[in-house]
Amino acid sequence: MADIDIKIAQWKLVEIGRVVLIRRGPYTGKLATIVEIVDHRRVLVDGPSTEENKIVPRHVLPLAHATLTHFVIPQLPRAAGTGPVKKLWQKSEIDSKWAQSSFAQKTERAERRKNLNDFERFKVLRLRKQARFEVQKAHAKLRAAAPKS
Amino acid sequence: MGRLTEYQVIGRHLPTEANPTPKLYRMRIFAPNTVVAKSRFWYFLTQLRKVKKANGEIVSLNVIPEKRHLKVKNFGIWIRYDSRSGTHNMYKEFREMSRTEAVEALYQDMAARHRARFGSIHILKVVEVDNVDSIRRPYIKQLLQKDLKFPLPHRAAKTEGKKIFAYSRPATFA
Repeated sequence: MADIDIKIAQWKLVEIGRVVLIRRGPYTGKLATIVEIVDHRRVLVDGPSTEENKIVPRHVLPLAHATLTHFVIPQLPRAAGTGPVKKLWQKSEIDSKWAQSSFAQKTERAERRKNLNDFERFKVLRLRKQARFEVQKAHAKLRAAAPKS
Repeated sequence: MGRLTEYQVIGRHLPTEANPTPKLYRMRIFAPNTVVAKSRFWYFLTQLRKVKKANGEIVSLNVIPEKRHLKVKNFGIWIRYDSRSGTHNMYKEFREMSRTEAVEALYQDMAARHRARFGSIHILKVVEVDNVDSIRRPYIKQLLQKDLKFPLPHRAAKTEGKKIFAYSRPATFA
């Protein structure tokens, strides 16, 4: 029998310092970090972002209302106050790392598209048509150059 | 604000000629409102002393707020409750943010495990357990280990506007 490689599943863990995305409630769509684990269903979170509209005050969040992200603030002490959390949050550059993630980019794009006015929607339509036309041109050229079978 | 509030109720026997300065009695009572708090005060006091509502008075009634409601604490609660077959004493531990939340969790827990109602439970004592070593119950002990971490495996995200049929299986590896 051949050797079978078994890899341990790489689950994201609920741990102190884990950054979570809030999916429900008044802070939907904002980021916060786990400061302390209350029990298996709830955690104490704090989101001291530098931007005013992204701040999440310290509160108890049910894990059912959160999605774990890949980011962890390393060596965050247990039950650290908002001040130290803010310092470590800035040091590990959570906000900029999050802005680069594909999820954040997608939601940002969707948000921008949603708020376009009629003329801007028309411009998007025209630009998409132009892009499509270029792709079709290149494709036709390739097809013409290919040997006939 | 939760379901219950902690009240401090102080009451006494009405002053009489024999005793113009009756002794004051103070209780910390968990109740949904002041009316229930006063009622529970008289219920307990008549069990303990020869004072009843007709010959007594409430001197003061105020709310006891939580000092640090952003700190996770461990609480030990001693209770006495009447089951269908007898009276039992119990000690339970809870990990909550405040005394009132711990007592709310206690009532829920007693209702779930023992079908005990508010009226059949007496809260004897609520104590915050500072020392981790003196936690007795394993269900709280397991949350106090160093570097606690655990996964949330295979969760299906709740979709808004739920439909009966989906065209793709939900991704649970998130």
